[in-house]
Amino acid sequence: MNLLFTLLPEQATEYAKQVDSLYMFIYVVSVLFVALFVGLIISFTLKYRRKSEDERPEPPHEHYTLELVGGAFLLVLLMVMFFWGAKLYFVAQRPPADAMEVLVTGKQWMWKLQHPSGKKEINTLHIPVGRAVKLSMTSEDVIHSFFIPAFRVKNDVLPGRYTQLWFKPEKEGTFHLFCTEYCGTEHSRMIGFVKVMSEDAYERWTNNLGDENETPVQAGERLFSELGCMVCHRADSGALGPNIAGVFGHQVELVDGTSVLADEDYIRESILNPHAKIVAGYAPIMPTFQGVINEEQLGHIIAYIKSLANH
Amino acid sequence: MSDSKPSYLAHHFDHLEQQKQSATLGIWLFLITEVMFFGGLFLGYIVYRGLYPEAWHTGSEKLNVILGAINTVVLIFSSLTMALAVHGAQTGSRKKTANFLLATIILGSIFLGIKAIEYHAKFFPTTDYNLIPGANFSYPAAYADQMQLFFSFYFTMTGMHAIHMVIGIGILIWLYVKALQGTYHENYYNPVEVTGLYWHFVDIVWIFLFPLLYLIGRH
Amino acid sequence: MSSATDINAGTTAKNYLNEKITVSSWLLTLDHKRIAVLYLVSLLAFFLIGGLAALVFRIELMTPEADILRSETYNKFFTTHGIVMIFFFLIPSIPAVLGNFLVPVMIGARDFAFPKINLASWYVFMFGGVLALVATIAGGVETGWTFYTPYSTMYANSAVILAVCGAFIAGFSSIMTGLNFIVTIHKMRAPGLTWFRLPLFIWAMYATAIVILLGTPVVAITLVMIFVERAFGFGIFDPSLGGDPVLFQHLFWFYSHPAVYIMILPAMGVVSELISCFSRRRLYGYKVIVFSSLAIAVIGFFVWGHHMFVSSQSTFAGMTFSFLTFFVAVPTALKMLNWIMTLHKGSVSLSSPMLYAFGFLGLFVIGGLTGLFLSTLATDIHLHDTYFVVAHFHYVMVGGGVMGFLGGLHFWWPKITGKTYPEGWAIFAAIVIFIGFNLTFFPQFQLGVHGMPRRYHVYPEEFQVLHIASSTGAMVLGFGYLVMAVYLIGSLITGKPAGKNPWNARGLEWETDSPPPTHNFHETPVVRHPVYAYEYASETSDEPDVTSEKNHV
Repeated sequence: MNLLFTLLPEQATEYAKQVDSLYMFIYVVSVLFVALFVGLIISFTLKYRRKSEDERPEPPHEHYTLELVGGAFLLVLLMVMFFWGAKLYFVAQRPPADAMEVLVTGKQWMWKLQHPSGKKEINTLHIPVGRAVKLSMTSEDVIHSFFIPAFRVKNDVLPGRYTQLWFKPEKEGTFHLFCTEYCGTEHSRMIGFVKVMSEDAYERWTNNLGDENETPVQAGERLFSELGCMVCHRADSGALGPNIAGVFGHQVELVDGTSVLADEDYIRESILNPHAKIVAGYAPIMPTFQGVINEEQLGHIIAYIKSLANH
Repeated sequence: MSDSKPSYLAHHFDHLEQQKQSATLGIWLFLITEVMFFGGLFLGYIVYRGLYPEAWHTGSEKLNVILGAINTVVLIFSSLTMALAVHGAQTGSRKKTANFLLATIILGSIFLGIKAIEYHAKFFPTTDYNLIPGANFSYPAAYADQMQLFFSFYFTMTGMHAIHMVIGIGILIWLYVKALQGTYHENYYNPVEVTGLYWHFVDIVWIFLFPLLYLIGRH
Repeated sequence: MSSATDINAGTTAKNYLNEKITVSSWLLTLDHKRIAVLYLVSLLAFFLIGGLAALVFRIELMTPEADILRSETYNKFFTTHGIVMIFFFLIPSIPAVLGNFLVPVMIGARDFAFPKINLASWYVFMFGGVLALVATIAGGVETGWTFYTPYSTMYANSAVILAVCGAFIAGFSSIMTGLNFIVTIHKMRAPGLTWFRLPLFIWAMYATAIVILLGTPVVAITLVMIFVERAFGFGIFDPSLGGDPVLFQHLFWFYSHPAVYIMILPAMGVVSELISCFSRRRLYGYKVIVFSSLAIAVIGFFVWGHHMFVSSQSTFAGMTFSFLTFFVAVPTALKMLNWIMTLHKGSVSLSSPMLYAFGFLGLFVIGGLTGLFLSTLATDIHLHDTYFVVAHFHYVMVGGGVMGFLGGLHFWWPKITGKTYPEGWAIFAAIVIFIGFNLTFFPQFQLGVHGMPRRYHVYPEEFQVLHIASSTGAMVLGFGYLVMAVYLIGSLITGKPAGKNPWNARGLEWETDSPPPTHNFHETPVVRHPVYAYEYASETSDEPDVTSEKNHV
């Protein structure tokens, strides 16, 4: 029932409060406009209603002062909304550097999640209160969208590339998690919960691993060696492939003289479609790993390469 | 008023000039929609060409540039004959109109024939790879998927162009029959003129397709 | 259609309805007025189908669990509702029915420039519509009307190809109609009818036609790409083959956002006519309304990316599209201002068409203002793909588009059929529809703000109360439409002859008979005054309006 009487849903992050302030601004502007327009319509209708069929009102005079002033005033209001919204959008687009990274894989019709400790879960996301969390998301099939109303955040989850989302929960509790991009038959059952717990409780939970005892970085390191990647991607001068240490987050020079930022999407492409961008000084000899490794394993290898970023 | 109207002036127009201007404006608007239609394809082509230059390069090398070039010449000539047919109609020369329409039909058919030869070579390859996008596509390169994308665009773009050619030839055949009956003369040649504009447009589309698909990827 | 014969059983004057009454005279007619009637009957059938689909899933949504439909079936119902309502009702509604009937009459022409293309457009439309319906019956479609890839091309197990072909073909009929409008308005205006003497309905049709001509071909080629991808396995939008699913969204919204203006601009045109007539004066700021229509048509092409703020487009693109979107609000708001200022010092009559116009104003202002929440980046991220969006676009497209259509239908009904309808019932229906609409869609804003995602078959329990309110409203709304259907059909049989100008309106369409003769006018009218010349007896006469004289002296 509380839905009927509350204007806005629960706020569980500082960002949510900021979004809500903007929301309330637009809301007040809208209510005032509706009141003004409807009020004018009603009062004009009452005052100038047709009393006799003989009425012949004067035609209006053509002058545009009212339009110019009204339009300019409106434009100013609109620009306030734009800049305010864009400012917050910037915040939402830039996760803090120290954010804890959780890997998210969407598939029809479930969310697969994996924590830095290696802990895996499905449809329920456990996170500690007060710590920035960044989700690195991809999909195994169609487009999904990851939405936590209480955090006011949402982003589509696409096959074949990585998108991200970040938030810093301020209070403990259980919040809805929805898929908001229509993804097929059981779209409405692709839902779950976000459980925000105390730092201690989270640590206990995330380190209670059972038989899954590898972190994503460790799994990536193991795959790197199992798949024979390190045969070529070595640190010494005779290596056939570029050294992966320290690559992530930096510009890479390519054969054709251009350069590209080594981000998640670039590394993903280099693994699945190695000849698309050839690093300067190396021959295009790497085989594709398309069909050899799955989305989760890709995420692990990327996590491993990321972990070497500062070497 | 309607008694004095010639049979080729439709009842809802006041005079021939109005009818002619309407037809001309109409075909130009239609051509704008055609530009937007092909524009969507060109946009897709450009996006993926930017993403996968290698595949686009290799893909265009697999096309038969000689047949493509011959077809370009054929189509340019067909535009010339089309223009002459319109001129024939404007000057009231029934024979000239009909003959040049026939020439345009023949040149258009030659274009489609050559296109069919190209398609045939792709559908029944003598090589050990198959360039028809879909389940059977195969090419021995790491960027086979991207090559497939190139050929998806090749077939969609040339296919859409070919459909426009087929429709154009259909209209030309109808005009040819009418021209033989003497329907068109110096006072009434709208259908020939607007079909001419359509034909030139289809020609121009090819003038863009040929370099984009066959030439630009080559070194 | 068959009722057309009854309409004129009693009248003797020859008009477009009774000139010939054979079936073939209707199916092969080149008369734009008859084609408009063909469109009207077909569109109302599609409206019924789309509406019933909505009613079924609104009933399903009264409880949080799955009751009467399986998820797959639910998805097919909302997809059918979307495809039918958008492609086969809203987009053609005002242009193909009222526009087809009125454009030549309002500009004093005998017909459109290309009557055969006009008839062809109806056949093409029906062919597309039948294909879409066959798709619904033969396996259904469950992609949503947006056909997002790669779901639609690689994962959906339904008759997507048929539905895509239906939408593709219907697009051609739009193009044919739009092309006819522009050429006719350019080349066939009556003597004296200069550009700035054109009624605002004509300007709205002109702006709409521009959007149709520039936008529809792009969605056509996009649907072709979907077709080849699904039918032949081309990988244009499939990421597993190197394609980009977001490119589809760009191409799709490049048309489908302007398509919103295809639905709303005509309604704005209708409302301009209604407010002028029922305030009995020229519109305030006529030229501002003209240019704002054109501005909306143009700016509308540069804002499509606001559908994709969370689709992984770049931050820069998001900012640009948000910025541009705000500029659509300005011309729209100016129109509202001008309409309201027309009432000021007017002679306002609350006839039934005017009630629809007021309904339009009230609902469209909410639809427009809620659009601000969605064009602002940070709030859109929260509201995107929730019921807030559903409510917003229904306020715009139904509250705006359908209310405009119904207002216009009532206003010109006497002209189209030659009969008057019972005013009391019409006022009753207008009020029921207005209340039912608000009851259906206002709770959906609240649902959306609280996070209820759209296209959900089952949902968490806390949303139920609002869903029940919405479903109840849908039934009230349906009842309102039903009442309207009954008295309008009844008026064909029992309605009194309407006379040339029952509303005492200005405009060339009111200077010919009701219903008009086959070639619209007995002789070509010559326009002598600026538009909405309420100070003169008519647009073609120099005599002052009789009572006008009395009032001024």
